[in-house]
Amino acid sequence: MALNSKIPSGPIEDKWTNYKNKIDLVNPANKRNIDVIVVGTGLAGGSAAATLAELGYNVKAFCFQDSPRRAHSIAAQGGINAAKNYQGDGDSVYRLFYDTVKGGDYRSREANVYRLAEVSSNIIDQCVAQGVPFARDYGGLLDNRSFGGVLVSRTFYAKGQTGQQLLLGAYSAMNRQIGRGKIKMYNRHEMLDVVIVDGKARGIITRNLVNGKIERHSAHAVVLGTGGYGNVFFLSTNAMGSNVTAAWKAHKRGAYFANPCYTQIHPTCIPVSGEHQSKLTLMSESLRNDGRIWVPKKKEDVEAIRNGSLKPTDLAEDDRDYYLERRYPAFGNLVPRDVASRAAKERCDAGFGVNATGEAVYLDFADAIIRYGKEQAHVKGLDEDNPTLIKKLGKEVVKAKYGNLFQMYEKIVDQNPYETPMMIYPAVHYTMGGVWVDYDLMTTVPGLYCIGEANFSDHGANRLGASALMQGLADGYFVLPYTIGNYLSNDIRTGPISTDTPEFEAAEKGVRETIDKLINNKGTHSVDYYHKKLGKIMWNKVGMSRNAKGLKEAISEIKALRVEFWEGVKIPGTANEYNEELAKAGRVADFLELGELFAKDALDRNESCGGHYREESVEESGDQKGEAKRDDENFKFVSAWEYKGEPSDAVLHKEHLIFENIELKQRSYK
Amino acid sequence: MNLTLKIWRQKSADHKGQLVDYIIEEVSPDMSFLEMLDVLNDQLISKDEEPIAFDHDCREGICGMCSLYINGEAHGPDRGITTCQLHMRKFKDGDTIYIEPFRAKAFPIIKDLIVDRSAFERIQHAGGFISVNTSGNTQDANAIPISKDAADEAMDAATCIGCGACVASCKNSSAMLFVGAKVSQYALLPQGQIEATDRVLNMVKQMDEEGFGNCTNTGACEVECPKGISLENIARMNSEYLKASLKG
Amino acid sequence: MSGIFSSSIGRKFAMALSAFFLMFFLLQHFAINVTSVFSADAFNEISHFMGTNPLIQYVLQPILIFAVVFHFVMGFILEIKNRKARDHNYAKNAGHANSTWMSRNMFWSGMVILAFLGLHFYDFWFPEINTKFIEGDWSGMHDGEFRYFHELQEKFLSPVRVSLYVLAFVLLAMHLLHGFSSAFQSVGANNKYTEGLKLFGRLYAILIPLGFVVIAVYHHFNHIH
Repeated sequence: MALNSKIPSGPIEDKWTNYKNKIDLVNPANKRNIDVIVVGTGLAGGSAAATLAELGYNVKAFCFQDSPRRAHSIAAQGGINAAKNYQGDGDSVYRLFYDTVKGGDYRSREANVYRLAEVSSNIIDQCVAQGVPFARDYGGLLDNRSFGGVLVSRTFYAKGQTGQQLLLGAYSAMNRQIGRGKIKMYNRHEMLDVVIVDGKARGIITRNLVNGKIERHSAHAVVLGTGGYGNVFFLSTNAMGSNVTAAWKAHKRGAYFANPCYTQIHPTCIPVSGEHQSKLTLMSESLRNDGRIWVPKKKEDVEAIRNGSLKPTDLAEDDRDYYLERRYPAFGNLVPRDVASRAAKERCDAGFGVNATGEAVYLDFADAIIRYGKEQAHVKGLDEDNPTLIKKLGKEVVKAKYGNLFQMYEKIVDQNPYETPMMIYPAVHYTMGGVWVDYDLMTTVPGLYCIGEANFSDHGANRLGASALMQGLADGYFVLPYTIGNYLSNDIRTGPISTDTPEFEAAEKGVRETIDKLINNKGTHSVDYYHKKLGKIMWNKVGMSRNAKGLKEAISEIKALRVEFWEGVKIPGTANEYNEELAKAGRVADFLELGELFAKDALDRNESCGGHYREESVEESGDQKGEAKRDDENFKFVSAWEYKGEPSDAVLHKEHLIFENIELKQRSYK
Repeated sequence: MNLTLKIWRQKSADHKGQLVDYIIEEVSPDMSFLEMLDVLNDQLISKDEEPIAFDHDCREGICGMCSLYINGEAHGPDRGITTCQLHMRKFKDGDTIYIEPFRAKAFPIIKDLIVDRSAFERIQHAGGFISVNTSGNTQDANAIPISKDAADEAMDAATCIGCGACVASCKNSSAMLFVGAKVSQYALLPQGQIEATDRVLNMVKQMDEEGFGNCTNTGACEVECPKGISLENIARMNSEYLKASLKG
Repeated sequence: MSGIFSSSIGRKFAMALSAFFLMFFLLQHFAINVTSVFSADAFNEISHFMGTNPLIQYVLQPILIFAVVFHFVMGFILEIKNRKARDHNYAKNAGHANSTWMSRNMFWSGMVILAFLGLHFYDFWFPEINTKFIEGDWSGMHDGEFRYFHELQEKFLSPVRVSLYVLAFVLLAMHLLHGFSSAFQSVGANNKYTEGLKLFGRLYAILIPLGFVVIAVYHHFNHIH
């Protein structure tokens, strides 16, 4: 099947407007007769469920948590971008579009990104109307901050809890519809298969996580907003329950999986503390607005810091290597995430890591504290030369800006970041890859949609800060509700979909067989044992820096591990009760397949772009020497993989990317 | 360090439960409390015993899923954190730790340490929203200036993660801190005014129907709240409710 | 407005209103009692006025009785409801870590106060009712002079009674230490005066019961016979 991205014709500024003007609509009376299933209730799924219900469709929403409002969108800290230009610093829809495409290293679809930038302003309006308490200035107007990789302040925020506030906003919209009976909410339910009838997605099979009941649910269309698959690395900033299962089941039913190897490794996370580690904690990227990143220049200082004989605060300015400022004078500490992460890894691999494991760099606020302290002393007319006073005033400012993050750091690491620099290290954070969708956000399976992080569409090979929230809400509030109508307009005479059909029967049988196989497997190791092993392979060979040899090894190791898993996994308890091990096992089984496709995709893409860094593709000379080298001639396409049984048999389909509005350039942050 | 754990085990809502003793050795002080339970569960699985069921998800203190009552306090002895942010360095070698589920009639036990907090959701369905459709032509966000103080105060109320620690800590199992926070967020913003009367009446009615106890202002909820939600929110809800009752 | 007193917040509100009334009553009771330390005559005059004025006897006294009964009955109802809200208690609960003893034991301090009220009624109120309404003696006189001051002093002769009195007022102080600010919280007071009110409440809760205790102890050691 040839990929048809269904991008509307016309100039990029008019595509979305023209599209909306020409699509088929469903009249309100008919919407009442149409059911839509939404799986996942984060920003994308939650906003979609609420909006579709407002339009009049009967929505059934599913989440594995005990409430929609606990979806992992809640953990997003920093903010949400919108081209409002409230700061008058030259922002515009075009500039947001441009920054996003450039930030994604020219591996995203222009038309989608432009539409995203276009609706970004509406998101802020909508959220404020819902009562989202964004930060404001003293005049009562909305405040903005700036984020990595851009030159304007366009990020709206609610303290360090923007994701939480936006999710609660979307949930409040859902509440209203749940109260009206237009959304039927299924909490603690996990989707385990998509049901295809006559080539169209017509339902799902779920497992009730409380009592283990397998259920059939039908609808005229199915929407997946099930988030990313960063947990394939075991350790990531994702929630413990975040998984690829829904997306992977869709893939196995015919949805192409696009760019699985595009993973964002976030530069500012708290380093790993030991084998017991279950997840990694991210510190908002906004910290890089004020923090300076460094490691010691000399190896002997590194040694002294590691064995505790030297305190980082005692190291002279001249003996510190502010490597981001050194390498990227134009952007300094505010380079995009992929660049900052690789630079940290480079220094640590060279032996300059500052903690016991050698995998940490410093993020230092000492300069910011003095700078703010002097500013405050000046404003208040106090002694600008009194170092104790300056420090005190400066700390107050830093506390007001980042207090909750500093507190979080102190709780975890047991060090006071106001007095000694923070230690940070990159961690898996976001997956740009995902289920392939066209301009309508429909997968290659008719009637099956995919939105938010779960799809691949808008971020290319790297996502800019504060863009994930924007995309999730854009898809759910403003894009999908239009595009899905175009499809459902053909379904007004279909009537209710029966679950009593051979297709549902077969799908349920498949689900039950997998569960029986897992629960009856008298193995020896827990699910986590295999998940951790998979994570190690992924991190070491398919992580921040990849090469053909390592990737090939990873592919065969994952394949072998998958066999080991199915032979050796041990799951206590039964299938008819709350059984977290069983739920985890199903998820890890899917990660073990995805992981291999991930490595295969990374191997296939022999270029460095965005979060995907191939050691074979590096600038050899010139002022960009040593930086990632993109290969537009050979790789300016989306890799969409078709399932054919084993991941190794997956067939590659290419969606060639056409850039009509942006000139492809090397991404330089020097 | 080595610890003795007394953990509530209960097969399901219909079964009787009891505290069971477990010994766990070589606990690292850098572990989080839940990571300690992960290790224990791994040991239980290898001994062919059933692992302990507990709710958790984000493990960074924001989703509100984790819920344990540790040594007599919701989310354990530390302040301003959820259980997933509690670290073992807060305990000493040889300690005995009681681990119980959040207890309230309105939070029935699902299994072991997992409770059903859907009562909170039903309260929000009753009025936790502003009735505004998604249209794409809502008025510009800056057309409604809101004083920084009001916005900040609304934000403080809105940081509630709905974990239920307030109910668990309250000697009366009252949900008023939670409901107070939800009511306050909207009461403090101009957008929330139009539906203010119905909102507070409906949410309080639902709260009462769920079987939560009544607030006697002990303030335990505020102390144990991982997000520091202030008692002022309860006072605000009270006055909103009384005003609304007078209006009808 | 309908149904307000069957709702949780409505009940809190009602509790608070009766508490306000009782706190006001306590204040005026104290004001009268304190005169007994300075002037037996003044105390007798006021007592006689309070005991015979029809407005006080037939309007305020029933309201007071209603308020007392209401406060206790509602307190009981709420306590039962609140206990029902948790069907299984914790094996280990560290209430002291997050709240004061007073706030957690309003029921018990209330019970002690109720017991004390029994004694108080037995000592003063029942004899008063008996004298006035059964025997029909509204003169307030005994052996040619007002009886009130004498009766007061007589009651404080017994060291046991004074001890019980002191104990009851210590518990009352604790009840008020939580109850005063709690009542304001229940009616939704939340403004710039709240902090000041809380401070005032603490002073009230300590000084008024202390005053009653001082009066009792004073009369115990200074009775004229």
